[in-house]
Amino acid sequence: MTTPDGRPGPSGTRPGAPVPGTPIPGAPSSDGDERRFDVAYITRVEGEGSLRLRLRGTEVVEARLGIFEAPRYFEQLVVGRTPDEVVDIVARICGICPVAYQMSAVHAFEAAFGIEIDPAVRALRRLLYCGEWIQSHALHVYLLHAPDFLGYPSAIALAADHREVVERGLAVKKVGNRIISILGARSIHPVSVRVGGFSRVPRRAELDALRGPLAEAIEGARETVAMVAGFRAPEFEREPMLVSLRHPSEYPFNEGRIVSSDGLDLPLDRWDDAFEEHHVEYSNALHARTTDGRVYLLGPAARITLAGDTLHPVAAEALAASGLRDAIRTNAFWSIAARAIELLHACAEALDIVEAYRPPAEPRVAWTPRPGRGAWATEAPRGLLFHRYEVDERGFVSAAQIVPPTSQNQGAIEQDLALFAPSVLSLPHEEATLRLEQLIRSYDPCISCATHFLDLTIERE
Amino acid sequence: MDTVSAPGTAPAPAPARPRVGVVKFASCDGCQLSILDLERELLEVAAHFDIVEFPEASSARSDGPYDVLFVEGSISTPEQAEQIADLRGRAKLLVTIGACATAGGIQALRNWADHDAWRAAVYARPEVVSSLATATPIADHVRVDAELRGCPIGIGQLRELLTALILGRRPEVRDEAVCAECKRRGAVCVMVATGTPCLGPVTQGGCGALCPRWGRGCYGCFGPREAANAQSLAGWFVGAGRDEPDVGRLFAGFTAWAEPFRTMVTELGGARGAEGTRGERE
Repeated sequence: MTTPDGRPGPSGTRPGAPVPGTPIPGAPSSDGDERRFDVAYITRVEGEGSLRLRLRGTEVVEARLGIFEAPRYFEQLVVGRTPDEVVDIVARICGICPVAYQMSAVHAFEAAFGIEIDPAVRALRRLLYCGEWIQSHALHVYLLHAPDFLGYPSAIALAADHREVVERGLAVKKVGNRIISILGARSIHPVSVRVGGFSRVPRRAELDALRGPLAEAIEGARETVAMVAGFRAPEFEREPMLVSLRHPSEYPFNEGRIVSSDGLDLPLDRWDDAFEEHHVEYSNALHARTTDGRVYLLGPAARITLAGDTLHPVAAEALAASGLRDAIRTNAFWSIAARAIELLHACAEALDIVEAYRPPAEPRVAWTPRPGRGAWATEAPRGLLFHRYEVDERGFVSAAQIVPPTSQNQGAIEQDLALFAPSVLSLPHEEATLRLEQLIRSYDPCISCATHFLDLTIERE
Repeated sequence: MDTVSAPGTAPAPAPARPRVGVVKFASCDGCQLSILDLERELLEVAAHFDIVEFPEASSARSDGPYDVLFVEGSISTPEQAEQIADLRGRAKLLVTIGACATAGGIQALRNWADHDAWRAAVYARPEVVSSLATATPIADHVRVDAELRGCPIGIGQLRELLTALILGRRPEVRDEAVCAECKRRGAVCVMVATGTPCLGPVTQGGCGALCPRWGRGCYGCFGPREAANAQSLAGWFVGAGRDEPDVGRLFAGFTAWAEPFRTMVTELGGARGAEGTRGERE
């Protein structure tokens, strides 16, 4: 929220937010011929971040996504803990995507210990991830992002005029939460994911109860795709470097290889061969770059571009009908369509898994820890989430690296802000600022996720 | 396809609705998300309350005053310590939601550790990162009128609290251990059946005994219940042949900083920097 002169408005005083009017440390003050956009607290995103953008004429001299979310030291907290404890702990990095953290961690430990999981457990983990994508994407599309396209400050305000739209979004979201609750006891911070499998797996009848709701959710997701395809997105075209997992026959969740739009192809435990993290002083989240210094973009648009041929037929058909495949790649504002397509994919795949389900012989296989390195990447709703753990002789974690998608996307977000900003200069200041905020929300930034500490291996400048 | 138009003239809000704020400090956002997870009831809630501040969900903002302020997260930076004091003055009722706000959260494990060393070990320029040596619950800083426990909070308790606020009565939250919920639901006791350590006897109920029902021990995310005898439970675990730090780690979870779990961690070890005062750890 800003006043026309670019200073934070009266609601700038928020928990964690910089005091209104106080420059972000290190930022030069504005001068006469400079145009400045400041958003002291970006709303409708997960976590606490700010925007600062300065232009001289049409030249962008500064584009910063500031992250003032307080650090919580997760990579330090997990040292000395057992693998199963770590699975519980890392979920708390994010209340919106706890399953993603559990999935990257559990697979990293299973890779370290050479554990083969039961095929039925593998399917249940995909189902769990479907549940998370459904609730996270429905939340973002309907509650966080759609209000931008429709001119409302919130989904609650939107519901005053279009109750059926918001109710549809909430109904689809609820099915995602229900999947997670059946598998993991509760939808936020589920409790059942364990190294080797689950602490408990559902009976067939429990999953059968999802058939009807999922059939309805597929319809709701179809309508979601149609609705967002009818939105008007601001004009904005660029060709970002895109990175995602890719699996030969499945839309990527827990397995595959790391691929990029410029030909990268890596095993998913080798993320750190091609990418690295840096500390920039205005952000409590580390920025990631390719080892040769380039920014890149993760998330729904990257997955649809790099792995769209593996979408569920229902989702592939909706994507083709929308005519938005290229726009999803080149225009960040169309990420709302990418998210809607993936919402449909997740609902359709979830129903397939439910229908084919046969419980595994045992909820989890027995295992013994062994010292060494375990690393894995999975596809969180917001993009590739990399975890690396070192395990000592006694089976305790001795070092950890967690690289969330938003941390990796920060560079691309700032680059896009700089590219997009000149096109809004003719708009009234408040409207221009709203457009910039809308662009930031297009990446569905998850700021609590991104704020974390690295271990001792970070390179110092 | 829906045809959705821009906002029209919204009906004037009824003046009697309580003004509600939802804010956060150091946390994962999961407890605020629980409010959005009310789903269909969310719109009913919005009809009874005037949600004037909820930046995760709305761009419409307000500095207060608030009739009810829900606070998520623990206090872990110098700025947050100032802000919670300021916010207290703007709120008639202040309700803390979740393990971070009520007990410090998982990040309170730093309270045993050398915070400056962690920060310096990690950030290339630690001096630009604002962070306190401790992460502490809201009640350590300001008066709290009510609290909802849990990591995350239970939807049932949230619903009860909101209903009580609408009706102007006291919320009815049972004061009982997870064990009582477990028994009422007829779940198999994991300690008896499989020897799995479980914090159910010393943990405040409210979750519905989820962990035992899903085949594992309770990890205490609703925090210690009043007058919980953690010492005795820990003694049983140690007596059954477990190492003290292994027992300490059971308590070193999402509510570790709440007494008496805190004493267990300090005495037995289990958090980094808490090596145990009984001297058994190498």
